[in-house]
Amino acid sequence: MIQTIAFYMFAIIMIASAVMVITARNPVHSVLWLILAFFNAAGLMVLVGAEFIAMLLVIVYVGAVAVLFLFVVMMLDIDVAAMRAGFIRNFPLGIVVALILLAELVLGIGAYNVGAINLGTPPAGDASVVAESNTAAIGALLYTKYVFLFEIAGIILLVAMIGAIVLTHRPSKSKRGQQDIGKQVRRNPDEATVMKQPEVGKGVEL
Amino acid sequence: MIGIEHYVVVSTILFVLGVLGIFLNRKNIIVILMAIELILLAVNINMVAFSAFLGDLVGQVFAMFILTVAAAEAAIGLAILMIYFRGRGTIAVDDANRMKG
Repeated sequence: MIQTIAFYMFAIIMIASAVMVITARNPVHSVLWLILAFFNAAGLMVLVGAEFIAMLLVIVYVGAVAVLFLFVVMMLDIDVAAMRAGFIRNFPLGIVVALILLAELVLGIGAYNVGAINLGTPPAGDASVVAESNTAAIGALLYTKYVFLFEIAGIILLVAMIGAIVLTHRPSKSKRGQQDIGKQVRRNPDEATVMKQPEVGKGVEL
Repeated sequence: MIGIEHYVVVSTILFVLGVLGIFLNRKNIIVILMAIELILLAVNINMVAFSAFLGDLVGQVFAMFILTVAAAEAAIGLAILMIYFRGRGTIAVDDANRMKG
């Protein structure tokens, strides 16, 4: 029973906050609603017993992607009129979100203690039910059968990181000369040095 | 009793909302990126629900890869947005046809 209540609560709040993401006038509010939607999606995943993906969703999205969005929204200085609202106007929203999250955590933990939702019986009955925890099972699968995909995922992240740095990097404008690494590497000793045989007492001409 | 249908309905609604968000906020590229995140979240919910339904963990493994690609996409998209804003002083994308190489 509590599982049904938790499912409907997570689903309804997630969809309502998704509506708010796409209709909010202020992009900062959109990001905050997006965080709420991700929390609720993580709750939905916990309900079916996928704890690892749920925690990963919270860590990756709420911890990294949403903060990245917040940084960019605040750095870009857009929609100045709506941004001027200040602390007092954002305060009720923050309180409401905090209370919703608190109630959800209480209810979610209660539902988790009762047990995972049984989603019915699959048509083919050959699925092996793993007795170990969800995280251990995913690890056993990920590091054996899908290890190459896992490494490709790491390369994708590396390329994305380098790409983001290269795109947003601005060379610093200092008064001192800049070090041009390409120029240094292209330089070879034959062009850079000249042998001179100055006569004694005449000096050397440069 | 919650079945697989409920999860599919929820993820479908979320997906449609993400697509609707792209159409509603055609000028604000930040909200467009957030709508893309919503779409990927809907796909992830679908993957995890079917993974639990079929008792097959491969769905959750691939949900992790979707998560990876979504994070990379967000980083690259926001970096492009930064240089676009730096060059133009606005993020209105309805006249972005000036990018001609």
